[in-house]
Amino acid sequence: MLGKLDWSAIPFDQPIPLGAALVVFLAAAAVLIWITLKGYWPYLWREWITSVDHKRIGVMYIVLAALMLLRGFVDAIMMRTQQALAIHAPGYLPPEHYDQVFSAHGTIMIFFAAMPFVIGLMNFAVPLQLGIRDVAFPTLNSVSFWLTATGALLVNISLVVGEFARTGWLPYAPLSETTYSPGVGVDYYLWSIQISGVGTLLTGVNLVTTILKIRAPGMGYLRMPMFCWTSLASNLLIVAAFPILTATLAMLTLDRYLGFHFFTNEAGGNQMMFVNLIWAWGHPEVYILVLPAFGIYSEIFSTFSSKPLFGYRSMVAATMFICIVSFMVWLHHFFTMGAGADVNAAFGIATSVIAVGTGVKIYNWLFTMYGGRVRFDTPMLWALAFVTTFIIGGMTGVLLAVPPADFMLHNSLFLVAHFHNVIISGVLFAAFAGFTYWFPKAFGFRLHEGWGKAAFWFTLAGYVLVFVPLYIVGLLGMTRRLQHIDMDLWTPWLMVAAFGIAVMIVGAACQVMQLIVSIRHRDVLRDETGDPWDGRSLEWSTPSPPPVFNYARLPHVENEEPYWTVKQRAVDDQAPEIEEGYEPIEMPRNSPTGFVTAFFSTLIGFALIWHIWWLAIVGFIGAYITFVVFAWREHGDYEVPASEVERIDRGTRAAQLAWMRRRERPA
Amino acid sequence: MSETDGRIEQALDHRDAAPGEERIEEHELAGGLAGYLLGFGLAILLTIASFLAAQTDLIYQPAVISALTVLAIAQMGVHLVFFLHITTGPDNTNNVLALAFGVLIVALVVLGSVWIMGHLNENMAGMTPHQAATMP
Repeated sequence: MLGKLDWSAIPFDQPIPLGAALVVFLAAAAVLIWITLKGYWPYLWREWITSVDHKRIGVMYIVLAALMLLRGFVDAIMMRTQQALAIHAPGYLPPEHYDQVFSAHGTIMIFFAAMPFVIGLMNFAVPLQLGIRDVAFPTLNSVSFWLTATGALLVNISLVVGEFARTGWLPYAPLSETTYSPGVGVDYYLWSIQISGVGTLLTGVNLVTTILKIRAPGMGYLRMPMFCWTSLASNLLIVAAFPILTATLAMLTLDRYLGFHFFTNEAGGNQMMFVNLIWAWGHPEVYILVLPAFGIYSEIFSTFSSKPLFGYRSMVAATMFICIVSFMVWLHHFFTMGAGADVNAAFGIATSVIAVGTGVKIYNWLFTMYGGRVRFDTPMLWALAFVTTFIIGGMTGVLLAVPPADFMLHNSLFLVAHFHNVIISGVLFAAFAGFTYWFPKAFGFRLHEGWGKAAFWFTLAGYVLVFVPLYIVGLLGMTRRLQHIDMDLWTPWLMVAAFGIAVMIVGAACQVMQLIVSIRHRDVLRDETGDPWDGRSLEWSTPSPPPVFNYARLPHVENEEPYWTVKQRAVDDQAPEIEEGYEPIEMPRNSPTGFVTAFFSTLIGFALIWHIWWLAIVGFIGAYITFVVFAWREHGDYEVPASEVERIDRGTRAAQLAWMRRRERPA
Repeated sequence: MSETDGRIEQALDHRDAAPGEERIEEHELAGGLAGYLLGFGLAILLTIASFLAAQTDLIYQPAVISALTVLAIAQMGVHLVFFLHITTGPDNTNNVLALAFGVLIVALVVLGSVWIMGHLNENMAGMTPHQAATMP
């Protein structure tokens, strides 16, 4: 009846996971009870859970990402403290638990923190920047989000029901085959990544279609903001690369469930093919994450330097160059597997070549700041920290791209320090920068600068304190994923790294405080004009938060910086754009399809993990019925009447007019 | 406002219709049906030709593989032109680019994997299947 599931799945004998699960469960229950007592359910259901508005979905993506970021951060704290405590000692995490912790850390950070954060920012900002009302397929967008949430839920269920994979964040075969991993850990990994992978793929299709097919009138490809370009490249990579991941994991699933031999030791299986295929997805994945981040930095450097982006066209070229070349470098993740000198040399050179594209971008950002009037608001601080620290990560990357050097450093903590160096400054700082930058647009008030800056300095300091020692112990020969340590030489550095993580905890606490303080003082921090940063692209021309239809009238784009042009003209002439009449706007109707699909997907995933076959069938039937009901719906759209559009637009125009008057006075 | 909105609608309706959103017009429907039938016929013909090439002596034996490759590529071409409507027209640029991108990526991944795995195989120490199965 319940497949492999019984009471032995709950780790009653392990206090740490059980205690953690209890805390999480109590916190979740408290939130649910609070929502119920306050009577917020109808509001949540109507305005958020069933919403197909790209802005709401973007915000929900970011909420999910922030929660998972905290979860992954807790794993990181556990690893750093374990390594600091387990010098000539067993530490507090037994090996089988420690292995789950580092596997969960990688899986959660990449798939459920970094990806949703980046996708959330793209979802929120891209349609606004393109000057349109929504993405190409709004309901599909909601389905994508809820499938991602399903994957995250399954990973977190593994904390208390059963176990998570002990194979590392990429379940290398044959370790991940049933012979060596008989438990449900790898199955949790497989089904949560497969389900959320469908969501990611659909997002890719959705955003590629949106950017290629729907743009404001006059916005040619070479007038799109840089963030839209990098989003286009990133989503093209999603569409091209995620099927490889899906197919590879499907083959591993067949091995585990139906006794196939794709990657087994025996019967003609080839475990090296797993490594090859997973990295054929894995390297493009790096650029899926970092390209949108480059776009965010481009927007921020330009806005906070009060200058157009330097070398816009070279930036576009560099982005598309990276997009293609990212598919030619994957072997550098397994130089040591023994492909020989020819192959290693070719991929090593390709890896060095891809750094040129990023180098072009770095110079463009530096020249954007050069001669500009630079403002040091929180988003700009993140961006500056990115440029300075990312260069170090990039250079260690080029070092690792040299095969002989890689043979020395492969799977050492030097490698771990390298990829954390690029992914934290590249993706995480961009996520924080983009979050601070677009927060006022999403909610109508700015985040508190003081707490933001405190969070920035603590996070930056902690990040340097953690990863510089890891570079050094890597060079001293320490390999990754060690559960205990017998080398006194490494001790001082591991202590510094443990101190660094404490500083990062302060940074994370400051982020939370920033949010709380900002919400409490939202009236002081209110953004009346919709343009808190003196922005240049279209999203700043709508009110904050934007109405559901984004733009009362679709903007007409004449150059690369449409809103800057409009503002300059308005200040020069002391007259806003001529007001025209308003027309009703057709918008997509909210739909619970995404949520219901995700509910059934959770059933399917959980059932397949525990071999509860009847439940899996129920889930499939339910998901199919949901699809049929949605496909045969009668009314997909509703109309916002012209009077409503006018009422919403008037308020903003008054505020913008007041801003324009103020702007004129000092001159 | 029509002016603006009108422009967009025009753009969406005509030049920029998404794949699968083609307008259905009377004369085009007939042309479309004929096109599908022609494509179907060609696809069947190519399939039969493949089976004939493989199972009879019509073709010089060592050349069968090459013949099948040619027929397979022709089959793909028929599908692209008649069923997926890839043309060289100006409103088809996105589709052509998407196809080119897809072909490039598939080629990179497949050829790259074959190259890598070939080298890995060559550099592996020789091992009988029995030795491989009993490795620790």
